[in-house]
Amino acid sequence: MATVPATLGAFRGADAPDLEALRKCVHCGICVPQCPTFRVLGEEMDTPRGRLYLMRAAAEGRLGLTEALARHLDLCLGCRACETACPSGVPFGSLLESARVQLRRHGPPSRHRLLEALVFAVFPEPRRLGALLAALSLYRRSGLGRLVRALGLLRPFPRLAAMEALVAEVPRPVPLPAIVPARGRRRGRVGLLTGCVQRHLYPGVNRDTAQLLALAGYEVVVPAAQGCCGALDLHAGRADAFRARARALAAAFPDDLDFVVTNAAGCGSAMKAYGHWLREAADLGAKTRDVLELLAEAELPLGPLALRVTYHDACHLAHGQRVRQEPRALLRRIPGLTLVELPDSDFCCGSAGVYNLLEPRIARALLEQKLARIAATGARVVAAANPGCLLQIASGCRAHGLDVEIVHPVELLARAAARAR
Amino acid sequence: MALTRTVLDALTRILGPDGVISSPEGRLVYECDMQTFYKGAPDVVALPESAEQVEAIVRLCRRERVPVVPRGSGSGLIGGAMAPAGGVMVGLNRMDRILEVDLPNRCATVQPGLVNLWLTRAVEDRGYFFAPDPSSQMVSSIGGNVSTNAGGPHCLKYGITVNHVLGLELVTGAGERVQLGGKVADRPGYDLTGTAVGAEGTFGLVTAITVRLLHAAEAVKTVLASFPSIEHASEAVSGIIAAGIIPAALEMLDALMIQAIEAGIGAGYPKGAAAVLLIELDGPAAEVEAQAERAAAICRERGALDVRVARDEAERALLWKGRKEAAGALGRLAPMYMLQDAVVPRSKLPAIMREILAISERHGVQIANVFHAGDGNLHPLILYDDRHPEQVERARAANEEVLHACIAMGGTVTGEHGVGLDKAQKLPLQYADADLNFMYRLRGVFDPDRLMNPGKLLPSHPACGEGFRPARPRLPDGAWI
Ligand SMILES: Cc1cc2nc3c(=O)[nH]c(=O)nc-3n(C[C@H](O)[C@H](O)[C@H](O)COP(=O)(O)OP(=O)(O)OC[C@H]3O[C@@H](n4cnc5c(N)ncnc54)[C@H](O)[C@@H]3O)c2cc1C
Ligand code: SF4
Ligand code: SF4
Repeated sequence: MATVPATLGAFRGADAPDLEALRKCVHCGICVPQCPTFRVLGEEMDTPRGRLYLMRAAAEGRLGLTEALARHLDLCLGCRACETACPSGVPFGSLLESARVQLRRHGPPSRHRLLEALVFAVFPEPRRLGALLAALSLYRRSGLGRLVRALGLLRPFPRLAAMEALVAEVPRPVPLPAIVPARGRRRGRVGLLTGCVQRHLYPGVNRDTAQLLALAGYEVVVPAAQGCCGALDLHAGRADAFRARARALAAAFPDDLDFVVTNAAGCGSAMKAYGHWLREAADLGAKTRDVLELLAEAELPLGPLALRVTYHDACHLAHGQRVRQEPRALLRRIPGLTLVELPDSDFCCGSAGVYNLLEPRIARALLEQKLARIAATGARVVAAANPGCLLQIASGCRAHGLDVEIVHPVELLARAAARAR
Repeated sequence: MALTRTVLDALTRILGPDGVISSPEGRLVYECDMQTFYKGAPDVVALPESAEQVEAIVRLCRRERVPVVPRGSGSGLIGGAMAPAGGVMVGLNRMDRILEVDLPNRCATVQPGLVNLWLTRAVEDRGYFFAPDPSSQMVSSIGGNVSTNAGGPHCLKYGITVNHVLGLELVTGAGERVQLGGKVADRPGYDLTGTAVGAEGTFGLVTAITVRLLHAAEAVKTVLASFPSIEHASEAVSGIIAAGIIPAALEMLDALMIQAIEAGIGAGYPKGAAAVLLIELDGPAAEVEAQAERAAAICRERGALDVRVARDEAERALLWKGRKEAAGALGRLAPMYMLQDAVVPRSKLPAIMREILAISERHGVQIANVFHAGDGNLHPLILYDDRHPEQVERARAANEEVLHACIAMGGTVTGEHGVGLDKAQKLPLQYADADLNFMYRLRGVFDPDRLMNPGKLLPSHPACGEGFRPARPRLPDGAWI
């Protein structure tokens, strides 16, 4: 990327939001009712149109990088529902990310400094996340967790309480071989991103992903040395860290792969944007596919599952990658499975990366709406293709005693495939 | 004008701290509606959740002599929901509940902030819908629709917003909360509901609305016809109406507009056509079938290049999606546009389109057209880039000329978008002094201190507090009929 240091109103140097893109917004408001934060807060500053107006005012020098500007951009979930709604093609997601980079570099200090420091020290570092989760599960098993909850000790710390409530139990790790050979007719060779959260909390999803890809005819390469894709950094405006992770990830995968596959929507959508941020990882970005995109094109032997299932569109799959039909088509291919549409299925569940930890009040309001809609479908199983959504919806169901199973679509496909044999 | 601490404190007492916005960033984003050309930030934004709070706000503002500007979704196109004189902007988005659905009486009562489309969404599974469908129906509020008397594609057959409002609750500029009309249509006395619809906030704030719900038609058919020229398409419009067919909607888009839509969402409009007609017929299945065939035949007779009937609901929705998001899609062609809203008698369509083309060439500006052809309601969109002052000037000159051309052909200064700040000074082109003076006095009954949305709708002379004085010589009587 040519980084011509320039000033654009309050924005300075590299990674400023693109004024041309900001100016594409014609202020029509069509995106507004689709915005989750508008639906919760009911005020213009926390709508896509309002946020774009503020960014544009900053770019045009009418507004500085103020604390209030930072606050309204912080409150944004980055769900990109506004991009889907917008008829003018305003690239809201990348504008938001650039503005956050600018705020982090030149703006007021973040109000979530401490918590963010914790999050960024742990989440994108698989080994540290593993250690934290092990500690958490020990804390649970020792009975300390129940005691702390009973005494309401975490109540004065809503953000810690949110984190504690999110994780029910930590499963045993599922080691994956470095190479899973293709079965049947060979379609190609792909790399698998094992992800940070996915690898520790949903190792079964990675195993199922690899097995289904193999079944679909792909040889699956699982580099052991791979790190984090950098999505969390990108969303927080940590451009340098994001670029470093992207570069490292690009180096971790061999060059001769047809695709690099992820089963976490948040990772996929960040990786697909690599080209926008750095040349070295552009190739990896262009090769990135969600597992459901690839499986939808393949033939899979699927046995029956008599289940009533509903599908929640993860924001970063539906809005971020425009993948909507593939997961539904795949689930419909399972004999005996009834897919019921979830009303407003692409409305954010409040997870949004680590948003639920930073802004628990809004996240909870969104989760409540999602749970009510899920309950109304009468489905016993909810499928969602992103670990954040799985954690969030599952924790809501636990809190409300809602008896539904929350799974990644590949888990259902793997079960069905097992029955076909 | 800055507000006193007293007013701010009193507002906070009424609404709580979450209901009052006074930060510079907050005031900034409320400074304009979709017509960003006109900017005026309020001193403070109030976000009430109940009619009682609205009443308390208006009383406070009247006592303190502070202007009040209502705001729905801010999708207005006329500089309506903006505060040229500062004051308190009242955002109604938090009052978005459906208060009652009364299907036996085919009506519903809603709060003003409810998004138009959400009402239809709430009753469609029972076979009903809310007929006024401005192209902004996915964003505009019913309170905003009522206050601008919004029209929409399907108003050709079903009528505009005023035809669907049975009753209103209004907090007047005097701070009274009054009920106008109600569920039962036949009422003794004045039709105050009709009077208050289209008042653009100058009478006060609408806090609840009882609307008619209609039973969805048995069948709907959408026909898409493309033509080699605007003239051909206009001839087809005249032909369809002359044949006694009343389509539910009859919309026209020109080449530039088609290009913008296809570059964006891609609604499957034929590229390369000079004009496209979207014809929708609804009613009993047999009748719709026959009419669709007849309309298609008329289009072919008038030289259509291609005539297509949407095969299913998905294709129909897609054809409409393009139309409904037309204005938004223009962002792909130019950063800014001026949208004119004017009406000509239907028979003058080919003539006015020729004139608009001539104007666009004369001023060297691109003009895209999308409009309600069935009732002659034009929406020329004049594209420009606001970084080039001379482009702004040219666009503005073209805009003026379009308006004057419409009036010269016997049209009106605004079709459905309303008057706002944008057209207030144009009203004298249309109304006689006596008419305007009367409207001015009528407004005084609702808003004695002229604090409600000042500067909008009626032409005003800040210098003289008296009443309306003509700003310029009028056209000869009858020129606008
Ligand atoms: C893409 C697009 C397409 C459009 N298509 C159409 C169309 O087909 N037909 C059409 O008629 N319009 C159309 N419009 C214009 C606009 O959507 C309508 O005028 C709509 O009725 C405005 O509603 P709103 O809630 O956005 O009102 P706002 O813009 O917020 O306000 C409009 C006016 O009403 C007043 N007001 C709002 N709420 C209240 C209330 N509760 N009490 C008193 N006064 C109030 C405001 O002060 C202002 O003067 C379109 C706009 C866009 C952006
Ligand atoms: S982002 Fe798009 S939909 Fe939203 S106001 Fe701007 S142009 Fe309209
Ligand atoms: S990304 Fe989501 S939360 Fe943020 S402005 Fe867009 S719709 Fe709203």
